[in-house]
Amino acid sequence: MRDKYEVVIGLEVHVQMTTRTKIFCGCSTTFGNEPNSQTCPVCLGLPGALPVLNKQVVENAIMTGLATNCKIAPRSLFARKNYFYPDLPKGYQISQFELPICEQGWLDIEVEGGKQKRIGITRIHMEEDAGKLLHGDTPESSGNSFVDLNRACTPLLEVVSEPDMRSSDEAIAYLKKLHQIVIYLGVCDGNLEEGSFRCDANVSIRPRGQKELGTRAELKNINSFRFIKQAIEYEIDRQAELLEDGGKVIQETRLFDSNTGVSRSMRGKEEAHDYRYFPDPDLVPLVIDETWIEAIRTELPELPESKYRRYTETFGLQAYDASVLIAEKAVAEYFEACVALFDDAKSCANWIMGELSRRLNDNGLTIAHSPVTPEMLVGILQRVADNTISGNIAKKVFETMWQSGQEADIIIEEQGLKQVTDSGAIEKIVDAVIAANPEQVADYRAGKEKLIGFFVGKVMQQSKGKANPGMVNELMKKKLAFPLYGEK
Amino acid sequence: MSSTSLTIRALHDKLISSEITSRQLTESFLQEIGATNDALNIYLTICRDEALAMADAADRRIEKGDADILTGIPLALKDIFLSEGVRTTCGSQILENFIAPYDSTAVARLKERGAVLLGKLNMDEFAMGSSNENSAFGAARNPWDTSCVTGGSSGGSAAAVAARMAMATLGTDTGGSIRQPASHCGVVGLKPTYGRVSRYGVIAYASSLDQVGPMTRSVEDCAIMLGAIAGYDPLDSTSIDTLVPDYCAGLIGDIKGVRIGLPKEYFVDGLDPEVKRVIDATIATYTDLGAQMVEVSLPHTDYAVACYYLIATAEASSNLARYDGVRFGKRVDKGDGLIEMYRQSRAAGFGAEVKRRIMLGTYALSSGYYDAYYLKAQKVRTLIRQDFLAAFEKVDVILTPVAPTPAFPLGEKTNDPLQMYLSDIFTIPANLAGTCAMSLPAGFSDAGLPIGQQLIGKPFAEASLLKIGHAFEQVTDWHSRQAPNCGGTI
Repeated sequence: MRDKYEVVIGLEVHVQMTTRTKIFCGCSTTFGNEPNSQTCPVCLGLPGALPVLNKQVVENAIMTGLATNCKIAPRSLFARKNYFYPDLPKGYQISQFELPICEQGWLDIEVEGGKQKRIGITRIHMEEDAGKLLHGDTPESSGNSFVDLNRACTPLLEVVSEPDMRSSDEAIAYLKKLHQIVIYLGVCDGNLEEGSFRCDANVSIRPRGQKELGTRAELKNINSFRFIKQAIEYEIDRQAELLEDGGKVIQETRLFDSNTGVSRSMRGKEEAHDYRYFPDPDLVPLVIDETWIEAIRTELPELPESKYRRYTETFGLQAYDASVLIAEKAVAEYFEACVALFDDAKSCANWIMGELSRRLNDNGLTIAHSPVTPEMLVGILQRVADNTISGNIAKKVFETMWQSGQEADIIIEEQGLKQVTDSGAIEKIVDAVIAANPEQVADYRAGKEKLIGFFVGKVMQQSKGKANPGMVNELMKKKLAFPLYGEK
Repeated sequence: MSSTSLTIRALHDKLISSEITSRQLTESFLQEIGATNDALNIYLTICRDEALAMADAADRRIEKGDADILTGIPLALKDIFLSEGVRTTCGSQILENFIAPYDSTAVARLKERGAVLLGKLNMDEFAMGSSNENSAFGAARNPWDTSCVTGGSSGGSAAAVAARMAMATLGTDTGGSIRQPASHCGVVGLKPTYGRVSRYGVIAYASSLDQVGPMTRSVEDCAIMLGAIAGYDPLDSTSIDTLVPDYCAGLIGDIKGVRIGLPKEYFVDGLDPEVKRVIDATIATYTDLGAQMVEVSLPHTDYAVACYYLIATAEASSNLARYDGVRFGKRVDKGDGLIEMYRQSRAAGFGAEVKRRIMLGTYALSSGYYDAYYLKAQKVRTLIRQDFLAAFEKVDVILTPVAPTPAFPLGEKTNDPLQMYLSDIFTIPANLAGTCAMSLPAGFSDAGLPIGQQLIGKPFAEASLLKIGHAFEQVTDWHSRQAPNCGGTI
C-alpha cells in the first residue's frame, strides 16, 4: 500500500552549541547544575535587562554555514518570536526570522546503491533556548511546576532542510551527516539524550508522479536516530492508511511517544500560534564582512569528507576502514595521532578498529577515555615492526597495558616477552619437538602436511610464545622435509 | 536654607569649601520632600536611609579631596530606573512590590560619581502618557498650579526639579516624555541622541525610541548631568561608542551666525496663541543674539504621530510580555490554570492605557497586518529621519514649540486618548529620527504657566543644543523663576 506513495521529508534540527557562555549574557552553559544557579538579569528576563550577542555564537554559525555550503549573509537580523510560556522569561524568544545568518546550503548523503544525493539546506539561524519546567513529584510539591532557567538563553542553531528526503533512511543519513559535521566543528557535543541535537520532522506523502506536495504533519522533538526513523515510519503508515481509507491528512503538529511507538496530535493548524515576529530593537543588525568569513574559513577544522579522501588516497586505507575511522571525530583524531608517530597506517587502523575498540566497548568507554594513549599503542606496534615481539605477544602486551597503564617496552622487559630470534635456540626446541612426536613426524612425512601447524604450535608453546613464528615455521618445514643426520 | 535654588556648580563649590555638608543638604531636601510630597505626589519612594548613607560617603570623599562635581549632590530618578535594593514600580500596580536586584547603567554612573539619590519619582505607567495621570499611584501635581498636569510621562522628574525637591533628576523620553513635562513645569529637559545614554536597567517601553536624559534647573546643570551619564555601555548593544565631549566646556562663546531652522509644518494655524507668542519672542531673542533664522521643511511631519503609535505600541506589546506573574511582580492565581493566571495577573496589574497600547501593538504586529502597519510605519520613520537630515544640511538646529498648549487641567483629556496623544505632536519626530532635542523655559502663559521651546539638533550634537540654550539663558530669566508650590524655600 505504501508503495503507491512517495514520501517527502524536510527536517529542522536544533543544534545546541557548546559555547562557554550563553548567547546574550555571560552566564555559564554548563549542564546539570543546581536549578537557576546560572542566571542573571538578562537570562531571567528582568525588567531593564538587555541582550548582548556572544561573538563565539556568530563564529560557530558561520563555521556551520561554511561546512554546509551555505551563503553567509553580510547583514542579518535578530527577531522576536512572541508567545507566553513559563519557561520563556521575556515572553518572547530572540531568534532570526527574515535575514538569517546562513542560507542556500547543501549536504551530500549516500543513498541506496552507494550513490550520492544532494539535500538542500534552506537556512541556518541563531536563537536562544528556553528554560525547563519541572513538575513536582513529591507529596508537598505535587501539582506545582517549577521553572529552571539555567538553560534559558543558551545558544542554538536551527538548521532547516529543503523537503528533499524521500525515505526515513535518507532522513537518518542526512541527520547523521549533519551530526558528524557539528561535532567535527566543535560547535555541538552531539549528545542526543541531553537534547544537544534535537529534530523536528515534516513528513508528507503524495501519490507517485504527483507534483504538488501532500499536506504535512510536523513531528516534534525527537531525540534519537532510532526514534526519528520509527516516528517517520509510523507517520508514513498513518498518512497512507488515512488516504487509502479515503480520508485527508490535516496539517498539524504531532508528538511521538518513544515508549509506545505512536504519535498523537498536539495542535492543529488553526491552533497554530501567531508569533508576531518583528526585528528585535535591542539588537543591532549583524554585519559580517568577507574578511571575517575568510578568517573563519581558514581555521575550519578538517571535515569528515576530506578526511575520508585523505585516509583512502594518502594512507591507502580500505573504504570501509576509512569510513569507520572518520565516523567519530575522536577516533579519527586518535588514529591521526598514531599515524603521526608510526607510519604504518594500516596496522594503526587495524589495532584501533580491533583490539582497542573491542576493549573500549567491553568497558563502555569512549576513545577519549582510553587508558591506552596513541603513544602507548604505537609503542606496541613499533616492537612488532622491529620483530621484538610477535603479533600474538603484542595482544598480550596490550592487555597488560590496558590493566596497568605501563609502556610497551617495560611490559616486554618485565615479563620477558622479547621474541627469540636466535636460530640456535629455536633449532633446539624444534629438534626437541620432532624428537618427542615421532608419530606425527611420520604422518607428516607421509603427506599430512597440515600437521605443520601442530609442530609450530608446540614450539611456540614451549618458547612461551616468544619464538619468532616465521623462523619456527621455516625451520620446522626444513627439518621435517629431510631426516636429520643421525635420525633413525 | 536657600541652597535649594542654587545650581549644581554653585552647590558643589559650597560642598568643596565646607560651607555645607552633603548630609546637611540631603537632610534639608528630605525634610522639604516630607513636607511637600503629600500635596504634589511627586515621589513614589523616598530613600531616606540610603540617601543619608550616600551623603555621608560623599562627605568623606569630599574631605579626601576626591570629589566629582556631582559628589554629594541630591538627585532623584524617574521610577523607571532600576536602582539596586530600591522598589521600582514603573508607575504600575504590576511592579508595586518589585525590588530592583541590580543598578541601571545610568544610576551606576551617578553612584560612581558620588551623587546622592533621594528616591523614585512618579510617572505615567510604563512611561505611557503625557500627563502623569496614567500613574497607578495617582498623578503628580504641577508645582506652578496644582490643578494642572505636570505633563508626562516623566512628570515626577520635571515637577521634582520645578518644586526644588531635587537638584536634578533623570527621566526617559520615548515620544516627548522628558521635553513635554519639562515645558509644562518650567525646567530644562534633554532627550539625547538614541544611543548616547545606555538603556541598560531602564524598564523598556519602546526600545527603538526610549532614551534616558537629564531634567534640570539650568542648561549648565543639564550639561553636567549629561556628561555623567552619557557614553558607550557594553551592556546595551544600541549604545554608540563615540567620544563624549566635555559638555560644560562648550557653553562659552556667542552664537552669532548660528543657523536656526523653523520648520513651516510646525507653525500652522491653530497653534495656541500663547505658545505662539512665546515662540515668537524666543525667535526675536535668538535674532538679537546674532542667530540667523531659516525656514525649513519637514514634509512628513503629519505622519509622525500615527507612525509613532504603531512602532511604540508594537514594541511595547512585546516588551511588556515579561510581566506575566511567573517570576516577579503581581500574580493573581485563583487556581484556574496557567492561562487564567496570566490573564488575571495582567488584567489586575496593568492600567487602561497600558492595556490599550498592548492591544494596539499586538494588532499592528499580527500576521496579515504586519506589512500594512508595522512595516509601513518603519518606512515612514525612515522618511521622517531623512527629513531631518536634509534640514540639517541647511541649519545647525531646529526651533519649535514643545507642546501645543501649556499644562492643561487634570482630568481634561483623560477620556480622550487621541487628544492626549496629540500633546506629543512636536516632540515625537525627534524620537523617530533618533536625534537629540532639548526643551528649555521660554516664557509663561497669562495664567502663569511655563511654556518651553524645543531645540532639535543633529545626531550626537547635544553640545550645540546646550551651547545655544545656554546663550539664551544668559539673556533671559525664565529658567530661574520659582514655582509657587515649591518645596524649597527661596
